[in-house]
Amino acid sequence: MSTLAPSDSPTSPLETQAVDRPADSRWDWKWVVIGICVAVTAYLALIPLGFLLWQSFRTPQTAAVDAVFTFQNYVAAYGNTETLRLFWTSIQFAAGTSIFAFLVGTTLAWMNERTNTPFKALFFALSLIPLVMPSILFTISWLLLASPQIGIINLVLQGWLGLEAPPFNIYSLAGMIWVDGLHYSPMAFLLMTAAFRGMDPSFEESATMSGANIFQVVWRVTLRLTWPAIVATLLILFVRAIESFEVPALLGLPNGIEVFTSAIYQAVHRYPSLVGLASAYAVALLLITTAGVYFVSRLSSRGSRYATVTGKAFRPRQIDLGGWRWFTAAIFVVYFLLIVILPFGVLLWSSLQRFYAVPSMEALGNLTLDSYRFILAYPDLSRTVLNSLMLSLGSATIVMLVTSVICWIVVKTKIPGRWALDNLASLPMVFPGLVLGLSIMIFYLNVDVGVYGTIWIMLIAYVTRFMPYGLRYNTSAMVQIHKELEESAAMSGASWSTTFRRVILPLLKPGLLAGWIYVMIVSIRDLSTSILLYSPNTQVISIVIWELWENGQYVELSALGVMFITALFFLVLVAQWLGRRYGVKD
Amino acid sequence: MLTIEGLFTEYQSPRGESVKAAQDVSFTVPEGRLFTLLGPSGCGKTTTLRSIAGLERPRAGEITVSGRVVFSSAKGIFIAPNRRGFGMVFQSYAIWPHMNVFQNAAFPLEVGKGRFSRAAIREKVMRVLTAVQLDHLAEREATTLSGGQQQRLALARALVMEPALLLLDEPLSNLDAKLREKMRFELKRLQRELRITTVYVTHDQAEALALSHQIAVMNEGRIQQIGSPREIYERPSNTFVADFVGNTNFIVGTVASTGHAGSDLNRTVVKTEIGDVSVAGVEDVRPEERVAVSVRPEDVGLTEIRPAGDNVWEGRVEQKVFLGEAVDFQVKVGPRTLLSRQHPTLRTKVGEAIFVQLDPEKCVAMRVA
Repeated sequence: MSTLAPSDSPTSPLETQAVDRPADSRWDWKWVVIGICVAVTAYLALIPLGFLLWQSFRTPQTAAVDAVFTFQNYVAAYGNTETLRLFWTSIQFAAGTSIFAFLVGTTLAWMNERTNTPFKALFFALSLIPLVMPSILFTISWLLLASPQIGIINLVLQGWLGLEAPPFNIYSLAGMIWVDGLHYSPMAFLLMTAAFRGMDPSFEESATMSGANIFQVVWRVTLRLTWPAIVATLLILFVRAIESFEVPALLGLPNGIEVFTSAIYQAVHRYPSLVGLASAYAVALLLITTAGVYFVSRLSSRGSRYATVTGKAFRPRQIDLGGWRWFTAAIFVVYFLLIVILPFGVLLWSSLQRFYAVPSMEALGNLTLDSYRFILAYPDLSRTVLNSLMLSLGSATIVMLVTSVICWIVVKTKIPGRWALDNLASLPMVFPGLVLGLSIMIFYLNVDVGVYGTIWIMLIAYVTRFMPYGLRYNTSAMVQIHKELEESAAMSGASWSTTFRRVILPLLKPGLLAGWIYVMIVSIRDLSTSILLYSPNTQVISIVIWELWENGQYVELSALGVMFITALFFLVLVAQWLGRRYGVKD
Repeated sequence: MLTIEGLFTEYQSPRGESVKAAQDVSFTVPEGRLFTLLGPSGCGKTTTLRSIAGLERPRAGEITVSGRVVFSSAKGIFIAPNRRGFGMVFQSYAIWPHMNVFQNAAFPLEVGKGRFSRAAIREKVMRVLTAVQLDHLAEREATTLSGGQQQRLALARALVMEPALLLLDEPLSNLDAKLREKMRFELKRLQRELRITTVYVTHDQAEALALSHQIAVMNEGRIQQIGSPREIYERPSNTFVADFVGNTNFIVGTVASTGHAGSDLNRTVVKTEIGDVSVAGVEDVRPEERVAVSVRPEDVGLTEIRPAGDNVWEGRVEQKVFLGEAVDFQVKVGPRTLLSRQHPTLRTKVGEAIFVQLDPEKCVAMRVA
C-alpha cells in the first residue's frame, strides 16, 4: 500500500510528464475527427440539394450552346394540365398505398399485440421476412401472378370460373396500390406494433374501471392515445409510397400511368435527356416529401405530451377472441401467403423453366436448371456481386461511424448550433432515391473530380441516402449512455479519441450493429438510387435484375432473384445471430 | 496543496438560461486532508467539484494544485481533465459495463501518460483491488457487482494512478442506509491511511461531519462557512448553516445588551418572544439588531424540578416521539414550541409541566435579515 500514498516530492511523475509535453500534442485528434465528420455530413447533405435547385433553373447544356438561366423548366413542368394529372396520380397512388398498407399493418399489429390469436410469436418472426425482399423482385413476382396475359392467378381463376376476361389487371392504379401497399405493410405492422406495445395498459384499464365498454375504451382512449402514432405511420408510409420507383416504373408506365418518380426517370432516359425538366419535377416531389418528413418530426417531438410512448415494455392485456381466434389465425396465413409464399413461389417456379410458362403438368416435365447456369455464367457476375457487397458493407460502415460522431456532438456536447448538425444529417431523409441519384449525377457531371461513372459515386449516394437512418440508430443508443461513463474516462487520463474508441463505441455497439445491419440490407436492395448512377463497370445486383427485365429474360431474372433473396435471408440470419451474440437487443 | 481563488462557474440550463452555479468560491485544502463541500441540491457544490476536475470550464478564478495552475482565467490556462491526473469517483460510479473488474481498474494506467509494462499494470491494479477488498473478484464482469462493490471499484479506479488529488461526488448516495454507514468508515480509513488529499461532495450532513477534516457549507453558489466539523456544528455563522447542519431551534429577537469582553459576564442578552435569553461570547452584534438564537435540541435541557441558574422557563410537554436511543420532546414555552432531545429515562407525560434550561455557552446568536 505504501506506493499508493502520495510521494514526498511536490509533483508526481504524472504531472511533470504532462508539463513536458509539447503544447500542440494536447490538440488531440478530437477536432480533426469532428471536423472531418461535420464536413462530410454538410457536403453530402447540401451539395445534391443545391445542385438540383440550380439545375432546375438551367437550360440543357450541349456542345454548341452553354447553359443559361431560365424558368422554362418550371413552365414546361407546371405550365400544362399534363402535370396536374401527374400530381393527381401521384397523390392518388401514394394515398391509396399508405392507407392500404396502414389498414393491413394495423389490423395485423392489433391481432398480434392485443388478442390471443394462436402462433403469434411465430408470425412475428415471419413478418420480418418480407423486409429482405427487394422491391423490384416483389413487383415482378406480382406481375407474374396477376398480369392479365401471363398472371397465374388470373389464368387459374379464368380456368376455374370460366371467365372471358382476366379478373385482375395489375397494370392499373389499383394494381399498383395493391403491390406497393402489400410491400409496405410490414413497415406499418412494425410501427403500429411499437405503438401498441408502448402504451401503458393501465390507461385502458382505468377507462374500463370508470365503466366504459370495449368500444368506448377503443374509441375514447386507445385511439386518442395512439393518434400521434397513427398519423406518423400514415405520413411515413405516404412519403415512402410517393418515393417508390419500382412499382410505378414496372406497373404504371406500360399503361401510361405516370407518377413523379417515373416521370423523372422518363425525362432523363430519353434523347436528348431533359435534366432540367427532371429537376423541376424533382423539386416538386421534394416539396411534398419535405412537408411529410417535417410533420412526422413535429409529431414525434410533441409526442411526449402523449404518455403512450414511454419506452417501457408493458405487459399488454389480451382480448380473448374465443372461436374467432382461428379466423384471425387464418388471416395471418393468408397474409403470409400473399406476401412471402406466392411471390417467392412464382419466382422459384419461373426460375426452373426454360421459357416462362404457367404451372401445368406439361410445364412440370420441363423443369431445368438452365437459368441458374445462365446466371452463374453471366458476364461479370462475380464483379457485380462484389460491387453489391463492397457498396453495402462500405456504406454501412461509413454511415455508422460518421453518424456516431455526429450524434455524439448532438447528444453529448453543448456546442451551439448542434441542432443544425442534427437537421443537416437528417436532410437526406426527404430525398427519394431517384431524386438523390439525379442530383448526384448532375453534380458530378458538372464538377469533374473523376468519380462520375465509378463505384465511388454510388458509394457517395448510398452514404448520403442512408445517413439519416444510421443517425437514428446511433442516437437512440447514445442517449442511453450516462455522461459520467465518459467523464470518468477523461478523469482516468484518457484523451478524447481514446475515450471515443474504448468507451463510447463499445457502449454504442448495440445501436451501431443494429444500424449497420439495417443500412447494409437497404443498400444492397437499393435500385432507385443506383439506376441513374451505374455504369457497365459498376453494376450491382438489383441493376442486373432491372436489365434482365428490360431484355425480357424473365426466367433468368427469376433465378437471380431466388438466389439473391436466399442470400439476403441468410445474411439477415447471420447478422441477427451476430447481433444477439454481441449484445444487440431486438 | 489545493487552492481555489475567486471561482465563478456558470452553465447553460437545458432551456438555454445561464445558471450561476458557483459564485466567488475560494478555499484551500492542505496536503493529506479531506475537505467536504456540503449543501442542498443546486447549491453549486458539484459544479465546484467538476470545475476542479476540469469537466466544467469556470468563467473566472484560479485553481492550483501543488503549485501547478490547472485553471486560471487571468493567465488563460485550462488544463484538460485527462491531463490533470486527478482521480474521481462519480455519483453513478460510472463503472464501464463492457469491461470486467480488472479492466475497469486498469484503464487509467493504460490510457494515461505513464507507460507501464503489462506486469506493472497487473501489480498496481491487484494492489489497489486488494486495498478495496475486490482482489478476489478481479475477473468478474463489472455489471455483476453489487452496489457497494461497484462503489469500491470506482474508488479503486480513481486511486490506481496514485492521483495528486481525489475527487468524490456523492459517492455514498446510491447505497442503502446500512451499507452507507459501513462505507463511510471504510472511506475514512482509506483516506487516513493513504493520506491522499480529497475533496468530497455531499448533501448528507452526517456524512460530512463524520468524514471531514474541514467542511465548506454552500448555498446558492456561495460558501456560507468553512470550518472543522465541530465548528460548523457548534458555532454556525448564519441561520442557513445552523439549519442545514443538524436540527436546531431558532428563537428570534432583538439584542437588548451586548457583553463586554472585559466584564465578568461576557454575555449578550436577547429579548425574544419567550423572554430574555442570555447568549455567551457573541462579538459582532450591536444593540437593537435583529438576531436569531440557535440552540441544538440536545442542548435544550429539561428537568421536572426547577434548576438553578439563568435561562430557565417553565413549559408544557406537547408531544413526545420515542426514537429508541433518545426521546424527542416538543415543549411549549410561551408562544413557542422548542424541540429537545433527551435520554429515554426522562418520562414526563404529555400535558405535564416541565422546566427548560438553555446553557448560554450552547446558544449561538446570528444576525437575520
